[in-house]
Amino acid sequence: MRYLPLNEADRAQMLATIGAKSVDDLFVDVPASAHLTAPVDLPRYAGEMEVEAQIKAMAAKNLSPSRVPFFVGAGAYRHHVPSTVDHIIQRSEFLTSYTPYQPEIAQGTLQVLFEFQTQVARLTGMPVANASLYDGSTAAAEGVLMAQRITKRNKAVMSGGLHPHYTHTVETLAHAVGMETEALTPAVDAEAEVLKHIDKDTACVVVQTPNVFGTATDLTQIAEAAQAAGALLIVVVTEVMSLGLLKSPGEMGADIVAVEGQSIGVPLSFGGPYVGLFAAKEKYLRQMPGRLCGETVDADGERGFVLTLSTREQHIRRDKATSNICTNSGLCALAFSIHMSLLGQEGLKRVAKINYAKAHALKDQLASIAGVDVLTPRFFNEFTVKLPKVAAEVVEALAAKGILGGVPFTRLHNDAAFDNHLIIAVTETVSDTDMSAFVAALKEVL
Amino acid sequence: MSMNAVGRPTRPEDTAETSAEFKSLTGGKGLLQYERLIFEKKDYTRTGVDFADIDISPSDLGDLVRGDDLGLPGLTEPEAMRHYVRLSQKNHAIDLALYPLGSCTMKHNPRLNEKMARLEGIGDIHPLQPTSTVQGALELMDTLAHWLKTLTGMPAVALSPKAGAHGELCGLLSIKAAHEAKGQGHRRTVLVPSSAHGTNPATAAFVGYSVREIAQTSDGRVDLADLKSKITDDVAAIMLTNPNTCGLFERDIVDIAKLIHDAGAYFYCDGANFNAIVGRVRPGDLGVDAMHINLHKTFSTPHGGGGPGAGPVVLSEALAAYAPTPWVVNSGNGYVLEEFGEDASAANFGRMCAFHGQMGMYVRALTYMLSHGSDGLRQVAEDAVLNANYIKASLQDIMSVPFPDGPCMHEALFDDKWLEGTQVTTLDFAKAMIDEGFHPMTMYFPLVVHGAMLIEPTETESKAELDRFIDTLRALAASALATKNNTDDVARFKNAPHLAPTRRLDETKAARQPKLTYG
Repeated sequence: MRYLPLNEADRAQMLATIGAKSVDDLFVDVPASAHLTAPVDLPRYAGEMEVEAQIKAMAAKNLSPSRVPFFVGAGAYRHHVPSTVDHIIQRSEFLTSYTPYQPEIAQGTLQVLFEFQTQVARLTGMPVANASLYDGSTAAAEGVLMAQRITKRNKAVMSGGLHPHYTHTVETLAHAVGMETEALTPAVDAEAEVLKHIDKDTACVVVQTPNVFGTATDLTQIAEAAQAAGALLIVVVTEVMSLGLLKSPGEMGADIVAVEGQSIGVPLSFGGPYVGLFAAKEKYLRQMPGRLCGETVDADGERGFVLTLSTREQHIRRDKATSNICTNSGLCALAFSIHMSLLGQEGLKRVAKINYAKAHALKDQLASIAGVDVLTPRFFNEFTVKLPKVAAEVVEALAAKGILGGVPFTRLHNDAAFDNHLIIAVTETVSDTDMSAFVAALKEVL
Repeated sequence: MSMNAVGRPTRPEDTAETSAEFKSLTGGKGLLQYERLIFEKKDYTRTGVDFADIDISPSDLGDLVRGDDLGLPGLTEPEAMRHYVRLSQKNHAIDLALYPLGSCTMKHNPRLNEKMARLEGIGDIHPLQPTSTVQGALELMDTLAHWLKTLTGMPAVALSPKAGAHGELCGLLSIKAAHEAKGQGHRRTVLVPSSAHGTNPATAAFVGYSVREIAQTSDGRVDLADLKSKITDDVAAIMLTNPNTCGLFERDIVDIAKLIHDAGAYFYCDGANFNAIVGRVRPGDLGVDAMHINLHKTFSTPHGGGGPGAGPVVLSEALAAYAPTPWVVNSGNGYVLEEFGEDASAANFGRMCAFHGQMGMYVRALTYMLSHGSDGLRQVAEDAVLNANYIKASLQDIMSVPFPDGPCMHEALFDDKWLEGTQVTTLDFAKAMIDEGFHPMTMYFPLVVHGAMLIEPTETESKAELDRFIDTLRALAASALATKNNTDDVARFKNAPHLAPTRRLDETKAARQPKLTYG
């Protein structure tokens, strides 16, 4: 077997050293009733060619976004990732290393994490950021729990613009720790609605911009009002590319920021693994979840980096930890950081503008179709339209024509009031031809 | 042989200066370059990605538009390659040498897995495409689920948890939901052995349970008498790692499961060490109700310097109805992705994350499973256990073993008793391994063993590499023991590592004066 270096001669020699007659002797502590005497009922060993053929057969049954006009977003986005990114993350030293517990032989990973934290802090406009969480949705949930620890209050108010999967993830975790949640009715442009729901028990308000319908909103007044009432503002961003063009959460007064970082460096991969970016005001540092990388010096006084403030963490504090997180999303954080370094602020601003321009061009074309209503008032690269037909059926009809035409809102939130709402994303990967094909096909199926 | 400018062979000059004292002018160490932070290059005008010129004014956004200076430097492609390749060379990696971190399972990561994860139709598909366009992806998830259920002998699996600790959370939330559904919401205590991973008590406390610790016997297993005395009406579950963190199989596990079930509680198994028994023992046959499986441990997905992982949770009949959304159903007429949990049962406890979990890890893990097959996976467990016992047998005459009776499973545990009277601690010994080219073992864990050194070689080490490792550790141990009688060997340990890219780092300073970003 190609991954198992021992042969029968090795095994016999090693058993002799151990003083065991057979490998069964090493499993002597297993209760006899639970001991399998033969392999379980699954296929046997297979070579690379056979395995590759089997996986490829499954891949071939999927409609690849690389082959068709593609407008699907709603929390995960198709962007161009420079070839360098995937090459570097497959270097053995990054791919096959562990969490940097021994900093003397993990300075590569640690310096990357320090740079990553700085990039995330600057991108979000916040003073501190951690070394990543699983994804944007779990980052949002961790943010809500952190707000409970800070304010000692027990209720989270979630805007109707928050991605429904995020709402559901936050509810699951918040209810598990005994918090109350108030999820407001989905609405295209109603961020300020959260203000009416803040009371003395409110730990935080969770607001997304651009929201799940694509609407971008200035949250400055919400931050002020929430903080005046003793609550924290958690800003969620699911399209990190938008921060190349839009005012940062920090500038708007956010206390905690939870971002899905997938758009920069990480492939769509059917929903994961992604990378959660998590940033906060400095005064909340010791309540943050997850790994933190910090600067220090070595025995010679040279600069080096280590994981730090681990007294917050499970392996030290056990049942008193700020979070149970151990593994995070290291390799995706590396991919994010490489792509971000390649873009730099100039590249990021430019690609963000291209996204904006293309999305607005498509919006103008769709607005001219009879019966199609553009609902989103201000947006970056994603907007929502109301169709004269059920959006899920339209999307299926478009798929049959080889076009992946957006996300019906009911895919995320099961409510017939939104049957005709379709969320459409346009990134730099969409060509003018793709847009024309989409418009023509949509006219045919409506 | 190297040549000088006139073509004559060169040789080292005699010199009194030792290389240990030599310092370069640049701060680098030959091929190990000193590498500045990208922020110290202070170049905010360059970019390594070319886009067409665009001259638009985002007029619809008004004053929502951000100012020009984001503080984010850019690197061209050659600069980026240099930066990251230089940094990479300061990391240890499995592809370089044995990486014996006990409990972490640093095994070889097959490259076919990486190739499959990047296929068109796998790596590039969107989680919210119409399900009619991703039938192959759902088939892949269903196939992975089938393998996991068959290997564990469990009837259900929740795929979406994103790491082991996330899986623990999923398992405990299923248990909590099941208790509440049965009117047993007053059960608020979780039993956890003193040797458990830190994530176990952290997860239990996280969901509002109080943690009651179970003592350990002198042979490294759960103390049944202590367990019996601590099972009260308010116990919701036990969280038990098996094989446990001492690298030992819990002999009484079937009895433990019965005690727990008789008391109306559930058995959560931390599956971090499933790699020791895969193909030889099915946790379902041991009475387990829920167990997470770290795909990045047992099923070889890369650790990536700290994730991403994946932690699917297999569930017993009793808990299956409480699994979180979403899940895949094979309807016989195609695969259905159930995202709202309204068809089969309304008992699901919620959602662990946006979308459907770590697809990129599912495909890697399934590729690994298909490669090994049922016979190969059984061999994986056998070789992992054989390798650990070989290390134990080869070192126990010079280093001390806290639980010497009987075989260990996939990891060999040593304590620091043998270092008594020397000038060397577990930490010193571990750091000295770095100078010899090996990553240290897990140290000071499990907490129940003094100065613990937990060595997990995994099945992907050859006998030759194991022998090299054993020879190195024996030589180091002899040197450590020599410090009882002389001081010549002390520096090898006290100031180690000497030959790493960085010397021993000041972690206290980092924590007292946290500096987490540049500038």
